[in-house]
Amino acid sequence: MINDIGLILPELVLFLGAMGLLMLGAFSSKDATRAVDFGAIILLLVATLLSLGQSQNGYATAFNGAFVVDGFAALMKALTFVATAIAILMSRDFMAREKLARFEFSVLLVLAATGMGMMISANDLIALYMGIELQSLALYVVAAINRDSLRSTEAGLKYFVLGALSSGLLLYGASLIYGFSGSTEFAEIAKAFQPVDGQLPIAMTIGLVFLIAGLAFKISAVPFHMWTPDVYEGAPTAVTAFFAAAPKLAGMAIFLRVMLTAFPDAIIAWQQIIIFVSFASMLLGAFAAIGQQNIKRLMAYSSIGHMGFALVGFAAGSQDGVSGVVLYMTLYAIMTLGTFACILSMRREGGMVERIDNLAGLSQTRPFMAACLAIMMFSLAGIPPMAGFFGKLFVFRAAIDAGLYGLSILGVLSSVVGAYYYLRIVKIMYIDAPSDDNYQPMPRELSILSGVMAGFALLFFVYPAPLIDLSNIAAAALLNGAGTDVVTGLISRP
Amino acid sequence: MTDWPILSTITFLPLLGALFIMLVRGDEATIANNSRAVALWTTVVTLFLSIFMVAQFDGSTADFQFTERVSWLGGGIDYAMGVDGISVLFVLLTTALMPICILASWTSISHRVREYMVAFLVLETLMIGVFCAMDLVLFYLFFEGGLIPMFLIIGVWGGARRIYASFKFFLYTLIGSVLMLLAILAMYWQADTTFIPALTEIGFDANMQTWLWLAFFASFAVKMPMWPVHTWLPDAHVEAPTAGSVILAGVLLKMGGYGFLRFSLPMFPIASDMFAPMVFALSAIAIVYTSLVAFAQEDMKKLIAYSSVAHMGFVTMGLFTATVQGVQGAVFQMLSHGWISGALFLCVGVIYDRMHTREIAAYGGLVNRMPIYAAVFLLFTMANVGLPGTSGFVGEFLTIIGAFQVSTWTALFAASGVIFSAVYALSLYRRVSLGRIEHEGLEQISDMNRREIFIIAPLAVATILFGVWPMPILDVTASSVEALVSNYQEALAAHYSGLSGY
Repeated sequence: MINDIGLILPELVLFLGAMGLLMLGAFSSKDATRAVDFGAIILLLVATLLSLGQSQNGYATAFNGAFVVDGFAALMKALTFVATAIAILMSRDFMAREKLARFEFSVLLVLAATGMGMMISANDLIALYMGIELQSLALYVVAAINRDSLRSTEAGLKYFVLGALSSGLLLYGASLIYGFSGSTEFAEIAKAFQPVDGQLPIAMTIGLVFLIAGLAFKISAVPFHMWTPDVYEGAPTAVTAFFAAAPKLAGMAIFLRVMLTAFPDAIIAWQQIIIFVSFASMLLGAFAAIGQQNIKRLMAYSSIGHMGFALVGFAAGSQDGVSGVVLYMTLYAIMTLGTFACILSMRREGGMVERIDNLAGLSQTRPFMAACLAIMMFSLAGIPPMAGFFGKLFVFRAAIDAGLYGLSILGVLSSVVGAYYYLRIVKIMYIDAPSDDNYQPMPRELSILSGVMAGFALLFFVYPAPLIDLSNIAAAALLNGAGTDVVTGLISRP
Repeated sequence: MTDWPILSTITFLPLLGALFIMLVRGDEATIANNSRAVALWTTVVTLFLSIFMVAQFDGSTADFQFTERVSWLGGGIDYAMGVDGISVLFVLLTTALMPICILASWTSISHRVREYMVAFLVLETLMIGVFCAMDLVLFYLFFEGGLIPMFLIIGVWGGARRIYASFKFFLYTLIGSVLMLLAILAMYWQADTTFIPALTEIGFDANMQTWLWLAFFASFAVKMPMWPVHTWLPDAHVEAPTAGSVILAGVLLKMGGYGFLRFSLPMFPIASDMFAPMVFALSAIAIVYTSLVAFAQEDMKKLIAYSSVAHMGFVTMGLFTATVQGVQGAVFQMLSHGWISGALFLCVGVIYDRMHTREIAAYGGLVNRMPIYAAVFLLFTMANVGLPGTSGFVGEFLTIIGAFQVSTWTALFAASGVIFSAVYALSLYRRVSLGRIEHEGLEQISDMNRREIFIIAPLAVATILFGVWPMPILDVTASSVEALVSNYQEALAAHYSGLSGY
């Protein structure tokens, strides 16, 4: 029992800390928002260190196998928590200026992070569902945190209704799988879920499809992506920045874990679904973004496309593939947060602006911000030597090895289409003449964050080895259940 | 030889200069002047370093020299640099053209000078890297990365239709390259490495070679550019600033030919042999058709751009003959076209800076007011035609000799292309320079100033020197080309004897 508690320590710390912060916010006589924000960031960083430290135990399960801690979980949790902390840091200036500064925001984000941690470590369908719901409920609320705005409340409601539907699909799939395998635990399902003469029992296949539908919704992959543009556009920008990074990381992590640990032998069944979803996401992400005028909406389609690219590695189903997905998602999170740091700085006298045209001539009025955003755009487009290129390189490397030539060719071609709209933003910033009204200066923390992330995206190629090694270790941990320790594995690497 | 990583130094020195320029502070004029000076000094130092490197180069061996190799992405993808007889002169060509480009932009670029110089220096790093990379992924990184600065150079400092031209340039090149990336990955899984010498030795099976060859062809044919995927080039050339055109014609186009030479021929000999007739056909079409198209142009830059496509036709033809003369001629033609077309674009730039038009019809009789210019322009026009005694002749002659050994018909078409090139080039010269001055604005036009003469003089020297004495270049490339051709023929012989054994 004590051992079990030790394994859930990061989530426990987050949860208890969130309760503490809630009390502080509710009972403090003066406005405690800043203190709560600060506390939330500290909590998330502590949880990051705890989960990295935990991986020293290697592979361990708690609560009769419902909860697993391994190198994969440790790395993905650390990334998720850091992405959440960065989102809180980025939101502070925005929330204060938009008069949305409420301490509940940070508390909800910490609760969402708790849910994401549980998702990533879930080793059982029930635990998976609990994690997803804890995360999602917090996300529904923050989407509507600007409760006086019609758009924001609409976004929250839309997200809630569609999210509830997808949870229903997921639960239905889980119940079918449980009915036919007799267990909710991933390892037990894997034993029961064996193809007979190359065929899977039809009802289990249906269960699998429902499960995939539910999970694909969480990472906004086509055809379960419809909520994304509306929610991204409607939610306050700081919330969108959070939505685009951390929940995607966690969603992809649990998606990988479910498929590869609960259905490893059913790869023939789910591989084709993933291939389709990946292909459709890349294509839609590329083409639908072309016509967008609102930069948040454009980023929504861009994130759909990027999920498609990450799924290319997933479809390979190999260790290289998983490693590619982990690398891709890490780089994606950094690029997205960096981009949103710039979008959050698009503020003029009258308030925030969101149209792409508003960036006209930015290279002359705000050269630093324009340079950061341009680097992010080239990186998102996957042009070397930016970091985004290496993500694509590794997922396609795995796909080629798995013989997915058609998917790879369509993938790289859609990345060319995608390059068009990223280039368009660069063109607007660097080639078009500036409009008269000037931007307000970038808030300090946003300029530091976007500078750091742009620098990372630009200079990743100089020394990419640590991150690549980390993804390899995480992938090995997920697939072999091997007791690999991320931290010492990295230090002692050859 | 010392352990000092001279290739990495040459490659990344311009980047250091770019970093330095970004740190320059002061008012606008100070920034502009300092940026120009820093960029010039950086490129000059890089040039001297590369001359030093070429002087130490050992032309008697076909091996890679000045090699460096450190672990990079893991799993057999390393940071590996090195040059052999094929690539070493391209490095020198790049570093030699850069100071000329910086000087050519000295006064004609007046706004956003700092960004311009940074873009050029970054571009130089990426271009040198392409020729030095000994690892395919590293090569791809430099090859593709060059799109970013060139996109900005065309887009920000270009002419009226610059946005169209820059997007077309970027997307056209990108779509060719991404297919090559997949081919690189497929090769990686065969060899477990992307180290170029290892990939050259591995010998892919014939069926796979076909697909890999096609994927590489998609990339290099666009970059070259070969007919019918050449249409981005005239647009890019017309809209780019003068120095951008020089670099585009002088170096960027050579990457396609270099790619064929470094990858397609040695790594996929069977497929190259199989597709050679197709390449010959496309080259012959390029030589004849684009020469005719060039004749119809009203815009000087567009005319020279089409003539570049025709000249690149000689290069692809020579390469795929896979004879020593053909390949030697192709390399020579690429280098020579590098400075001749660069000089022609500079010549256009000289009068564009004065009159702000590139319409051929707007000029005429320049010889009366600009005698030096007329002489210089005549020299490069003749070199472009391939007059014996200029470096343009050597390359065309060698490639046609090579083609004769393999396909008489191709050689016939190519040789007729020489006549066509005389038609458009001489008619351009006549319309611009000869006759009487009929346009009023031209009566006050001034001849080339000292800076312009100074820029163009080294190119003129190279054109005549290597036209009458091509041996320095041919000696450097000889061993590498001979090794390449003999390996190619051996691989083919082995393949076909294996087939007849059944």
